[in-house]
Amino acid sequence: MNALSRYRILLPVVSLAVLLAATFWMQPRAMSYFGLNLLFNLAVPIALATIAQMMIIMVNDIDLSLGAFVSLVACITATYLLDTPALGLAMLVTLILGYAALGAMIHALELPAIVVTLGMSFVWGGLALFILPSPGGASPDWLRTLMTVKPPFAPMAVVASILIAILTHFLIIRSGIGTVLRGVGGNTRSVARAGWSVLKLKACAYGLAGFFGVLAGMALVGLTTSADANIALRYTLLSIAGVILGGGEFVGGKVSPVGAVIGALTLTLAASFLSFLRLSPDWQIGAQGAILILVLTARLIFSRKGGET
Amino acid sequence: MNLLSKPWIWSWSAAALTFVLTIGLTSGRGAGELAYAALSFGAFAAIVGLGQMLVITLGPGNVDLSIPATMTLAATLALKAMASMPGTALLGLMIALAVGLGAGLANYALIFLLRLPPIIATLAASLIYQSLAIWSNRGLRIKPPQELAEFATGRFLSIPNVAWVGLALAVVVWIVLERSVWGRWLLATGQNMRAARLAGVPIEFVRATTYLSVSVFAGLAGYLLASFSGGAALNMGAEYLLMSIAVVVIGGSSIAGGNSNVPGVWGASLFMFLVISMLNSYGAAAGAKNVLTGTIVIAIVIAASTRKGRI
Repeated sequence: MNALSRYRILLPVVSLAVLLAATFWMQPRAMSYFGLNLLFNLAVPIALATIAQMMIIMVNDIDLSLGAFVSLVACITATYLLDTPALGLAMLVTLILGYAALGAMIHALELPAIVVTLGMSFVWGGLALFILPSPGGASPDWLRTLMTVKPPFAPMAVVASILIAILTHFLIIRSGIGTVLRGVGGNTRSVARAGWSVLKLKACAYGLAGFFGVLAGMALVGLTTSADANIALRYTLLSIAGVILGGGEFVGGKVSPVGAVIGALTLTLAASFLSFLRLSPDWQIGAQGAILILVLTARLIFSRKGGET
Repeated sequence: MNLLSKPWIWSWSAAALTFVLTIGLTSGRGAGELAYAALSFGAFAAIVGLGQMLVITLGPGNVDLSIPATMTLAATLALKAMASMPGTALLGLMIALAVGLGAGLANYALIFLLRLPPIIATLAASLIYQSLAIWSNRGLRIKPPQELAEFATGRFLSIPNVAWVGLALAVVVWIVLERSVWGRWLLATGQNMRAARLAGVPIEFVRATTYLSVSVFAGLAGYLLASFSGGAALNMGAEYLLMSIAVVVIGGSSIAGGNSNVPGVWGASLFMFLVISMLNSYGAAAGAKNVLTGTIVIAIVIAASTRKGRI
């Protein structure tokens, strides 16, 4: 068990290190402050979206609406939050509460999360089209400044990813509420028997997912300075892949925030790496699928070995 | 009373109600055309929905997310092979079905050999199919052969040909589910996999054939859809992910598996098309249409779950 739990975080770290080494070998000039900044430019929103997805997977559900949700947040950020900050903020808070309500509803009525979130992806996407029928909007200045700040030693994207990893690690792994939330994924019934309201806990997990989804959408607008209704649709797949790459399991509340952030970084890097390989853009999507399968194969081999010893 | 207890009656009543509401707007004009269009477009949703139904029947966690990518890949390769030449319709069909078979084999290999949850396996595989389709398509829009396009858009006994294909497939699936050993095995596996294995059901064989069937159905749907709409497009399958799952759930099959409902899938397919055309004829904007479609799907899932609670 000890060996296995160590492998769980080891594998994502090794995958990222191998990919990073390969990238530096292909393109030594990437080994600099600006090189790293370019490589990991879009890592922050992807990492935040992956954390959001992890909150849902932690309680044994899956969120197929996250990409549409992040797009909607991006559209609100680029319009309402810019023009009328108070109204924009109120809308974002409402969205987070909406997410929590969704979690409570899924639990109370025993609905299949996969169908509900698939339906919600249409709702979020429709609202986003409603707010921003054509690409446009602009980033609030403070957000732009925050996302393009240049800290010493390491680029913003790397520093921010480390911060996200540390904060969520304390929230999910170290804190009391995080432990109980993982318990919902591990054994719902025993958590309920211990006197916790599973309804509230599920609402809490979904609310956290909504919160990190909102952060992801805001970070994305800070980087791209504009938004459109389809800006983040691929985040649904990326975030699921990131959680799994980071050593998360689909059931049982076995998730790792640090791993999830590393998984998101690996996926971001994979896109840059493939363009260094001069691989035709046709294969970019497929290569992400192939990397996912490869890492899962590696994990299977590791866990088999772990099981034998 | 006995009729009301049939799960499929709900999706058919909903379809009928939407039909009346839409026709009410035009005060009766265009009823025939609307029914015809619903049968044509509903057929594609029904074909992929039947496949998805088989997979969902396998039990919790079983769902095929690679349907859109398989549809696109099958359609792209089939149209490329036919190259708009006459007399190649059968060749194209064979290729589309073979692509479906290949995709199904690949999906199942990932699920079985790598022990992946079906959601992740089909998701990862669908990314690769999508890339293959982009690579082989290169933005070209090859027209289907003349006679195939005529077949796909044509009618027989005033019912669209594609609807005949969908109906025939539904009958076959119904007979297999209700009357064959394999169908009983599938239901048993979905109800309790452990018990089924102990009872001597070849679980892995059932799972393999189910994942093969859904991909072959997706290949067939892609082939027909591309012939119907005059060519394959890279996003042609996109809407069929939600659609395939929604028609299964709305149709009265249990999302938890072990209970499937063939007539309900057809009723739900008609309903989904009619809802969208109703919103169109009431002049809803694209955004509002999406919001309403999503809300209706969720509302029906909620209604279905509370109905179950009462029995």
